[in-house]
Amino acid sequence: MVSNPSEANVVLSEVEFDVVGKRPIRPDGVDKVTGRAQYGADLSLAGLLHGKVLRSPHAHARIKSIDTSKAEAHPGVKAVITSKDLPFASLSKKDLGGDYMRLKFASDHVLASDKVLYKGHSVAAVAANNPHVAEEAINLISVVYEELPPVLDVLDAMRDDAQLLHEDLHTTGLGETSEKPSNIAAHLRYEKGDAANGFAAADVVVEREFRTAAVHQGYIEPHNGTAFWNTDGQLSVWTSTQGAFAVRSSVADVLRQPVSKVKVTPMEIGGGFGGKITAYLDTIASLLSQKSGAPVKLVMSRTDVFEATGPAPATWMKVKIGATKEGKFTAVQANLAFEAGAYPGSPVMQGMLCAFGCYDVENGLLDGYDVVVNKPKTAAYRAPGAPQAAFAVESVVDDLASQLAIDPIEIRLLNVAKEGTRRIEGPVANRIGLVECLETARNHPHYKSELGSGSRGRGVACGYWMNRSFNSSVSMTVNYDGVVSLIMGSVDIGGTRASIAQQTAETLGIAYEDVKPTVVDTDSIGYTFITGGSRTSFATGWAAIEAAEEVKVRMIARAARIWDTPEDNVEYDKGVIQHKSDPELRMTFKELARQLASTGGSIAGSANVEPAGEGNGYAVHLVDVEVDAETGKTDILRFTAVQDAGKAVHPSYVEGQMQGGAVQGVGWALNEEYFFNDRGQMMNSSFLDYRMPTSLDLPMIDTVIVEVANPGHPYGVRGVGEVAIVPPMAAIANAVRGAAGVRIDSLPMTPGKILDALEEKGK
Amino acid sequence: MPRVTHVQTTINGEEVNFLCEPRQSLLECLRDVVGMTGTKEGCNDGNCGACTVIFDGRIVDSCLVLGVEAQGKDITTIEGLASPEGLHPLQQSFLEQAALQCGICTPGFIVAAKGLLDQEPDVDEGRVRHWLAGNLCRCTGYDKIVRAVLDASQKMK
Repeated sequence: MVSNPSEANVVLSEVEFDVVGKRPIRPDGVDKVTGRAQYGADLSLAGLLHGKVLRSPHAHARIKSIDTSKAEAHPGVKAVITSKDLPFASLSKKDLGGDYMRLKFASDHVLASDKVLYKGHSVAAVAANNPHVAEEAINLISVVYEELPPVLDVLDAMRDDAQLLHEDLHTTGLGETSEKPSNIAAHLRYEKGDAANGFAAADVVVEREFRTAAVHQGYIEPHNGTAFWNTDGQLSVWTSTQGAFAVRSSVADVLRQPVSKVKVTPMEIGGGFGGKITAYLDTIASLLSQKSGAPVKLVMSRTDVFEATGPAPATWMKVKIGATKEGKFTAVQANLAFEAGAYPGSPVMQGMLCAFGCYDVENGLLDGYDVVVNKPKTAAYRAPGAPQAAFAVESVVDDLASQLAIDPIEIRLLNVAKEGTRRIEGPVANRIGLVECLETARNHPHYKSELGSGSRGRGVACGYWMNRSFNSSVSMTVNYDGVVSLIMGSVDIGGTRASIAQQTAETLGIAYEDVKPTVVDTDSIGYTFITGGSRTSFATGWAAIEAAEEVKVRMIARAARIWDTPEDNVEYDKGVIQHKSDPELRMTFKELARQLASTGGSIAGSANVEPAGEGNGYAVHLVDVEVDAETGKTDILRFTAVQDAGKAVHPSYVEGQMQGGAVQGVGWALNEEYFFNDRGQMMNSSFLDYRMPTSLDLPMIDTVIVEVANPGHPYGVRGVGEVAIVPPMAAIANAVRGAAGVRIDSLPMTPGKILDALEEKGK
Repeated sequence: MPRVTHVQTTINGEEVNFLCEPRQSLLECLRDVVGMTGTKEGCNDGNCGACTVIFDGRIVDSCLVLGVEAQGKDITTIEGLASPEGLHPLQQSFLEQAALQCGICTPGFIVAAKGLLDQEPDVDEGRVRHWLAGNLCRCTGYDKIVRAVLDASQKMK
């Protein structure tokens, strides 16, 4: 199955630039293909100690006592800590007031105090002179637990008589706080029009319930954290994170330190997808360093990564759509209940925002529940909340299309969100590109091709992610050779050094190779929000454009001084500084740079921005599958991803985001799940048993980048990283329905579930 | 402390001597004892391929080999591919084809692909996908990795 190169990876471009839109080699590339790049676990420091964490074997238990004396006496051990070493242990409810619960959750998530709330919950930690000795020592720590019944399912957790995880957690929502404690941390609602009236006016109503299992981001680099707490009170942390400033605030918060005492250096990061925002090890490493007086490094095992870091939540969802017989939606409704894990904070709100983000609906009602259960605290995973919601909604849309005998792309176009559409939660869409994506998919050779013989099916689904902006800082300096040093706080996960250097070069009218980007620590640049939310190329790119504009103004001023003319007489065009009326007075960027030293010194620019114009992201996926009726196994035969990138700054890296998101979706759809026994213990915490797609499971993933410029960015850029994972699960479910004639309403669609459905259908 | 063993081996064409405990894997010895951190740890149980090295001509997960087993062997790691003259064609193709995003799996993929192309210069998509099935990448969806290996195989002819 070699894809036809003429169909694969197409860019439908509207505007051409000099540097933006080209495919240069990334600045960090050579170090990454030669093994020289320094990831967190590669760090070595003089006198480095190695830490290990003791984790709970129980999903839910009270900690009666912890005896660390044997571990402390073990030769080679330099420090042992428990929650008693956290500042929270010596603070009272009175000291903390309204902040008590928040800090208790944050501290307990670092090291459990009164209760353990999931298998893998950290209970104690050891630093020793080598990792094996640390491992021996944690096995010498004796913990007495009183086991409690674990709460393992979102609907069970919501029952009135459910075992409580937190005795003082109450439901907030709809302007009230519940009197009784509950596992439901929040109830959210969005409403537009009158859903009841809308359903009454429908010719057809489809309503279905869905389930999805917890899945992991599956980054290949395990979490790591190294800290050195110096005797002068300055704390340094080196870590693998999507946000150095996020780690700084978490560590400072739990350790009750001013943020300026904590310096976080982001190392190269081996994948994150939302899972590397929480500071799991950094605070523990800091405390172990304080106690031992030496730098301490911790690296998680793969089992720890599965059991103790955040998966995406398991969910229960009910979706209802009413439509006229022509296929026009009259009302939509969704109930979403998301497992938050041990502490509140599932992305159920984002799921609600994205559920019907592809559609222009007159009447809609959305209810969402954030529910705690005895599983690891969930974390963000690529478009958090949206893939689950889209799986449910896009399955129902497909059923409607099939009941009404309307082409699945046509029914989507009939109800499509476009510029001016008011979403259920309120905001009105700017210029967006879903119509163009759907039309591109409809006209694609893939959609027109024959499926071939066998039990094959073709599925379509679309997806929406709002995209984010937030705060970014950039500074840049013009070197005397004309090369610009570009300094940023945004961690580079998948090529943002390149995409931001391209935007800098475009603005300055210089070559991409003449911009040298560096990602720096929290002391060396202004506050920058995480690399996440599909915000970095957009917002940090914007900061770079603004900083470059400042450089241009200063370059004009310097040329004016050299030529002894008012600044108004000088203009800057594509890297050339010239006198407006005297053609003799003209310098390239490099020529002027060479004169900077003797005419007043270097020139710098900086910007701290929070731009408002993030453009929404939309994607449409087409997938062909074959279902083996004997084994229930589903094979992906062909996959085409269409996405609006606004302007693809680096098309290869945009394609990479689209392909990577699609394939994570294939895993989520078919194989991946956290499998728990009835005691809440994860039974598949290795890459052997938690099976992510391999190269052998997949065809090439063809991509079409649609460019509908985002009016909210100087070069039209939209975020691209996340929406790519929103459509695949529904697209595959819809293809399976076509292939096998069964609607699978729970993820993953394992061979067992498909066989059960086929058997049920055959009855 | 367990007794350490002296190991004499060849890494990237150079004789290397190190001391290791019986419980240390080759991966740990490479990274923490010899200081060659280009070989990555992703799972430490032979399921992700990030630690792939060439061991007497065969690709192996170095996390599944004991350090003491390196005695007298010939090992190639990612650090051994580029020369002062430049990058190995596989490394160049990975860059040109944008076959990496975060880069943590990249050394394992490049070493595994070298193991393939050293033995079989003529490969097609199916062969590459089959050979690389022991290496996990979570960023790329494998499309650009497969293209990069096919591209390098053309260049190496």
